[in-house]
Amino acid sequence: MNLTLKVWRQKNSSAKGTFETYQLDNVDVHASFLEMFDVLNEKLINEGKEPVAFDHDCREGICGTCSMVINGRAHGPLQNTTTCQLHMRHFKDGDTIVVEPWRSKAFPVLKDLVVDRGAFDRIIAAGGFVSVNTGQAPDANTIPVKKEKAELAFDAAACIGCGACVAACKNSSAMLFVSAKVSHLALLPQGNAERYSRVLNMVAQMDKEGFGSCTNTNACEAECPKGISVTNIARLNREYLAASLAAQKK
Amino acid sequence: MMFTSSLGRKYVMALTGLFLISFLVVHLSGNLLSLIPDGGLTFNAFTHFMETNLVIKVMEYVLFAGFIIHILQSVVVTLINQRARPSKYAVNAGSASSTWASRNMGILGTIIFIFLVIHLRDFFFELKFGDDELGLDASGNVNLYKEVVETFAMLPYTALYIVAMFGLGFHLWHGFASSFRSLGLMHSKYTPAIVFIGKLYTIIVTAGFIIIPLYWYLVQL
Repeated sequence: MNLTLKVWRQKNSSAKGTFETYQLDNVDVHASFLEMFDVLNEKLINEGKEPVAFDHDCREGICGTCSMVINGRAHGPLQNTTTCQLHMRHFKDGDTIVVEPWRSKAFPVLKDLVVDRGAFDRIIAAGGFVSVNTGQAPDANTIPVKKEKAELAFDAAACIGCGACVAACKNSSAMLFVSAKVSHLALLPQGNAERYSRVLNMVAQMDKEGFGSCTNTNACEAECPKGISVTNIARLNREYLAASLAAQKK
Repeated sequence: MMFTSSLGRKYVMALTGLFLISFLVVHLSGNLLSLIPDGGLTFNAFTHFMETNLVIKVMEYVLFAGFIIHILQSVVVTLINQRARPSKYAVNAGSASSTWASRNMGILGTIIFIFLVIHLRDFFFELKFGDDELGLDASGNVNLYKEVVETFAMLPYTALYIVAMFGLGFHLWHGFASSFRSLGLMHSKYTPAIVFIGKLYTIIVTAGFIIIPLYWYLVQL
């Protein structure tokens, strides 16, 4: 298949970016979207041009590194699919594909399609963990966990922190990400001890990073490659309300 | 601290929104009285009650506060949200993942706000501070009914009211159920009911507010 690619090129975070148009012929329909970009980059290198910088790591749909907004959709048109698991057979011969980076103040573009998602790391560092003393691994089932809660926590834990929710949200809100992390730990007894301080600190960091607020459009859920549910956002709202009301005067 | 966080601001939006939703029921109930064919006696009697009852008088200030907080907070939230995405996408495929109403609450709210200013000038200020043109009806109550009938004899006003009510309708279509979720109220058992009631409420309220100007315009053609 022959494709026209309009790719966002930006030298560095302070440079002004622009779209470059590339013609790519004989693209294998079985190639993944990233493999298609590999072919493009090989072509650019052979022509003595700068290859397109893009993030990728596992290429198995689990690391959350690949990004790319493809024709206005985070991770492309397929549901529950990361860019690396999107294959060219889902496009048509002669298509024009517009590829942009995640666009958010909190995710500054480093180069081309690569953005700095350090804001997510800082949110996790603000409370997205359980403080435990190291020691021997405890026996499984020492602490009983209700099956339903374990399932919900596991669903939330499926978040790979790719940032598609932020990219898809009209407000660049990080609510789905933060709610998944808060839910994951709040639902389990191990996370219960730090439940309230966790949600307060993570939300404070989220706001500090410059993410927007939630308008309940559900775009995040629709674009999430791991199918994280917006019910987590409702839980985050609940947790934050309870934590704020219960917090002692400082 | 809580109310200045991104979540807290949405609690405020949700609480004031739900309060305004409850107000619309009272407002529509009163307005529908203008359709009773008694020359406006019931409608004017209701207006008189609303003007003189102490509880209603107090609630009037609460209502103004509700509107002002809802509007000002929405401006703040919108500005913060716009600042969160300084460079826009070249291709926008929002319709693939969300409803039109949910993405345009700000625009819909602005339509309602513009309408509100005109609407308050037409009726509220006319009643409170207007000269005595309105006169009294047979029961001795201020004849606001006359103002209703005369206003909706005019096509521009009738059209404006109907267009604005569509704006309100779409705003409520998303806002009703959304308020509950902003407050953390989401449950597999109750949320489908909330969503259903929200849509039913929206249809009834929007249709109700449209029927009144439309009726008065059509009977005076």
